[in-house]
Amino acid sequence: MSTIAVTVNGIKHTREVEDRVLLANFLRDELGLTGTHIGCDTSQCGCCTVHVDGRAVKSCTMLAVQANGATISTIESMAHDGKLHPIQQAFTECHGLQCGFCTPGMIMAVAGLLKDNPDPTDAQIEHGLEGNLCRCTGYINIVKAVKLSAERMRGKAR
Amino acid sequence: MYSFNYVKVKSLKEAGELLAAHPDAKLLGGGMTLLPTMKARLAQPSHLIDIGGLAELTGIAEQAGKLVIGAATRHHEVADSGVVKKMIPALAYLASLIGDPQVRNLGTMGGSVANNDPAADYPAAVLALGATVITTRREIAADDFFQGMFATALEPDEIVTRLSFPIPKRAAYAKFPHPASGYAMAGVFVADTAGGVRVAVTGAGPGVFRWPEAEAALANKMSAAVLDGLDLAADDLNEDLHAPREYRANLVRVMAKRAVAALQSIKK
Repeated sequence: MSTIAVTVNGIKHTREVEDRVLLANFLRDELGLTGTHIGCDTSQCGCCTVHVDGRAVKSCTMLAVQANGATISTIESMAHDGKLHPIQQAFTECHGLQCGFCTPGMIMAVAGLLKDNPDPTDAQIEHGLEGNLCRCTGYINIVKAVKLSAERMRGKAR
Repeated sequence: MYSFNYVKVKSLKEAGELLAAHPDAKLLGGGMTLLPTMKARLAQPSHLIDIGGLAELTGIAEQAGKLVIGAATRHHEVADSGVVKKMIPALAYLASLIGDPQVRNLGTMGGSVANNDPAADYPAAVLALGATVITTRREIAADDFFQGMFATALEPDEIVTRLSFPIPKRAAYAKFPHPASGYAMAGVFVADTAGGVRVAVTGAGPGVFRWPEAEAALANKMSAAVLDGLDLAADDLNEDLHAPREYRANLVRVMAKRAVAALQSIKK
């Protein structure tokens, strides 16, 4: 067992965890943040993507103890005061989700992509989302949603 | 996964002492291979010694005309580094192809090199560029370091600390990734160096290897055409459900030709 202190979505938590507990399970089971999904549990599908110290990672392939001292953002941090984040809004408008299971991870991966590259081409979007699988295969609309959210976020930044 | 004890060390010295004291301990860098292996219960380390954030292992710098990269440097840092892009752009490009963005945000160069997965990308660059692997004990030439599938010259309690890359005249990498896993089915790194042309192949064989026939042909004439029909010992290549040996041998030729074409497009 180890004691870890993490700041998740702006709130500091201190918890005792077993060393082998994965960050995804810690977020879901300890903190009740079930927006972070576990799809494949083998670091392939990306449904469990969260940001640790500003970088997108697969939380099923990171130990909670490794995140000790880190600042973590999950899908629950994206909407504010009942207003969707521009990426979430664009996914809604472009029908960038069908069953929705991959969506939280997809949104967090897109947030990471747009942070590094605010104006990606289609090819860059495809390369940037290689770590996320949509089993409904709704990729065309996901790419559209990324382009729309990128446009709006650049507009906002200006 | 089986239970283990996690230790976040504050120095390489502490990591070395723990490794010596616990023969079943494993070093944890980014964990991008080790954690999935443990989740599948294919490994059962007694301790995980986390060296991921050690300051002694980070940093990208030009030193005495060489590019020196700390073992704990993450793939995305190599891919995005202005220094790497300027000194060895092919290395930055190679790093941008590893796994996926989330993997590149955690995985480390030292971890990849020490693990020596036969389909990993970095070993091809390290071998083709004739890099030196610097450890807690010594400096090991790339030609001596890689010793076949998941095998290296490292002693059990020896830790990779840095990689030192001589700067090639020109270099290029071409990879045919497995469409699902992203691992190289065949990856070929071609480097035109002061010591001659070096060609390293990953993904296709039981471990990274040099292709001497291609090196000789390209030294004679740097042209993709000289690789046509060139001998490649297909008997030694991997054969599995993804591709038979002959298919992989062809992929190696095609990737080598693409790497040479990319290399030729670089202004000297």
